[in-house]
Amino acid sequence: MKETRALLYLDDVTVSFDGFKAINGLSLFVEPGELRAVIGPNGAGKTTMMDIITGKTRPDSGKVLWKGEHDLTKLDEADAARLGVGRKFQKPTVFETHTVEDNLLLALKADRRVIPTLFARTRKDEQARIDAMLALIRLEARRADLAADLSHGQKQWLEIGMLLAQEPELLLVDEPAAGMTDDETMETAKLLRDIAGERSVIVVEHDMAFVRELDVKVSVLHEGSVLAEGSLDHVSADPRVIEVYLGR
Amino acid sequence: MADTSLIRRAVTARSQLFLILLVLAAILVPVLNLAVPAGSFFHLPSYAVSLFGKYLCYALLALSVDLIWGYCGILSLGHGAFFALGGYAMGMHLMREIGSRGVYGDPLLPDFMVFLNWQELPWFWHGFGSFPFAVLMALLVPGVLAFIFGWFAFRSRVTGVYLSIITQAMTYALMLAFFRNEMGFGGNNGLTDFKDVLGFNLQSDATRAGLFVVTAAALAGGYLLCRWVVGSKAGKVLVAVRDAESRTRFLGYKVEHYKLFVFTLSAMLAGIAGALYTPQVGIINPSEFSPANSIEIVVWVAVGGRGTLVGAVIGALIVNGAKTLFTGWFPEIWLFALGALFVVVTLFMPQGVLGLARGQGGLAEGAKRALAFLEQAGIKRKGTGS
Ligand SMILES: Nc1ncnc2c1ncn2[C@@H]1O[C@H](COP(=O)(O)OP(=O)(O)OP(=O)(O)O)[C@@H](O)[C@H]1O
Ligand SMILES: [Mg+2]
Repeated sequence: MKETRALLYLDDVTVSFDGFKAINGLSLFVEPGELRAVIGPNGAGKTTMMDIITGKTRPDSGKVLWKGEHDLTKLDEADAARLGVGRKFQKPTVFETHTVEDNLLLALKADRRVIPTLFARTRKDEQARIDAMLALIRLEARRADLAADLSHGQKQWLEIGMLLAQEPELLLVDEPAAGMTDDETMETAKLLRDIAGERSVIVVEHDMAFVRELDVKVSVLHEGSVLAEGSLDHVSADPRVIEVYLGR
Repeated sequence: MADTSLIRRAVTARSQLFLILLVLAAILVPVLNLAVPAGSFFHLPSYAVSLFGKYLCYALLALSVDLIWGYCGILSLGHGAFFALGGYAMGMHLMREIGSRGVYGDPLLPDFMVFLNWQELPWFWHGFGSFPFAVLMALLVPGVLAFIFGWFAFRSRVTGVYLSIITQAMTYALMLAFFRNEMGFGGNNGLTDFKDVLGFNLQSDATRAGLFVVTAAALAGGYLLCRWVVGSKAGKVLVAVRDAESRTRFLGYKVEHYKLFVFTLSAMLAGIAGALYTPQVGIINPSEFSPANSIEIVVWVAVGGRGTLVGAVIGALIVNGAKTLFTGWFPEIWLFALGALFVVVTLFMPQGVLGLARGQGGLAEGAKRALAFLEQAGIKRKGTGS
C-alpha cells in the first residue's frame, strides 16, 4: 500500500462486464479540496468509475484508497457515504413523497443506524442547518410541499442541498449541465467552484463550455483508462485526445 | 399541490376516529352480547362475537403487511406463515391446558400424540404449559424466522417480485412440513378441542367477549406502534427506501438493516394476531400456511388503501365481511369475486377505499380510469340503429 496524501487514490482498477473491460487499469489521484473534471466520449467508463468509488460496483482488481486507509472496494454504498462520499446523479433523484424539509432532514449528517434513527428527534441545531440549507437553495417557501411538486430545476437544487447537508468530503457529480440552459450551466459551474476547497469534487461532463468555465485540471477517460491529464488547453492539444474525440 | 400540514392533521384526526370506533366496538360488542337478553332485537349472538374477534385478528394481520408493503415496498406474500406460527404457539399452550380432559385422558400428551403412540412429549413442546412462555413464543418464533429469512434475502438484495416469490415458497414449505404427522403439530388436523385459557372456559360467552376486548386492545396497540414507527425519522427512511432505494443507500443508510427491522417487527405483529386467532376460532391447522391465504392479506390491504394503516384495517373488515356473506350465499363464486375485487381495485382505485374518502384517486378519477379502460378494451356502447 502506497503512502499518499491523496483523499482518493484509484490504483490500477479494472472491471469487466461479460468480458468487456469497462474500466481498464485506471489510476487517479484526487487531492483534498480539489475540483477535478473528468471528460471522455460515451462509454468511456465515467459513470462506472463513480459506481466503483461509491461502492456500487465491485472491481475485479485494483484498490480505491480513501485517505490512504480505507479500501472503498471492500465497502458498500452506505459505508462509502458514511465515510464521506456524496453522489449526485444525472437525473435528479429526490424522495418524491417526502416534503422538501424531510428530504433535507434525511440527508443531514447524523447517526444512520436503525435504532438511534427510530428515536431521533430533530435537534435545534439540526433544524437551524435545515433552515440555512432551505435559504441557500431558495426553497424556503416550499418547505412543506412534497418534493414531487417541485419543478425540474428545483429538484436539482434540492438534490444539491441534500448533498451539502450530508457534509461529504468528496462529491461526485455526474453530468450536472445536462438539460440546463446556458445561464444555469454557468451558475452550476460557479456553485461547484464554491463548494470545492472545503471538499473535493469530481465532476463528469460532456459540455466543453462548462469544463472551460470550471478552469481546473481535467482527466480524459478513454476505454476505461486515463488518456491524458492536465489543463483543458493542454489536453485538448494532445493528438491522442483529438483522435478520440474527432476521429470517430 | 399537496399541503402536507393539512394531510398531517387529517392523519391524526383519522387516528383518533379509528381508535374511538375501536373502543366503542370493544364496549358495544360485549354489552350487546352479554347484557342484552337473547330475545331482544339488539342482542348480538355469541357466534358473532367470535366472528368479529376473528375479523380484528385479520385486521391486525393486515396492519402488519401494510407496515412493510405500504411503507417500505416489501411485498410479502408469506405473511400468513408468521400468523400461523403465532397461532400454533398459542394452540400448543391450549393443547397442554386440556390436560387429562382429552379423549384418551393422558395427563401429559395431547390426544394426537397418544393416537400416534408417542411415549413422551417432544422437546419443543416443553414450556408451552406456561401461558407467558406461549405468548413469548408467538412473538419470538415468527420474529426469529423473519429475521433469518430477511437477513439472507435483504443482504443479497432480493427485491420486488423475486422476494414475493420466495416468501410464497417459505409459507408453502411450512405448510407441507406442518401437514406431516412426524412434525409433532397434529398433522393435517392441526390443534383443536381446546377447553380453556387461563382457567376461563373457551365456550362461555364471557370468555369470548373477553377475547374480543383483548383483540381490540391488541389492534389498538399494534396500530399505535405502527403509527409511531412510520411517524419517526426511521419511518421516513422506510418510505425513502420504498420510493428510491439506491438513493437511500447513497445517503449512508444501510437499507438491509431497515428492511430487516421492519420485516421482523411486522412478523411479530402477525404472530400476535395469530395467537389471538386460535382461541377464538377454536382450531389451528396447516391450511393457515396456504399460499393463497397470504395473497388474500395483500388484497385486503390493497382494497383498504395501501400505506395508510387505517386502510389496511378497513380493507380486512370489508373483504372478510363480504367473504362471510358471500360464502354463505354462493360459496363457489367467492374466489372469483375476490379476484374481480382485486382487479377492480388495482385498476380503478389505486388508493383503495380510503382514497375514495380522501378524494385522492377518488371516485371521479376512478370513473375516468374505468371509462378509459373500457374504451381501450373496445367495450364501448354500440349505437342503436341498424
Ligand atoms: N452494469 C453494466 N453491465 C454491462 N455493461 C455495463 C454496465 N455498466 C456499464 N456498462 C458498459 O460499460 C461501458 C462504460 O459505461 P459508462 O456508463 O461508465 O460510460 P460513461 O463514460 O459514463 O458514458 P456516458 O458518457 O454515455 O455516460 C459502456 O460500454 C457500458 O455499456
Ligand atoms: Mg455516464
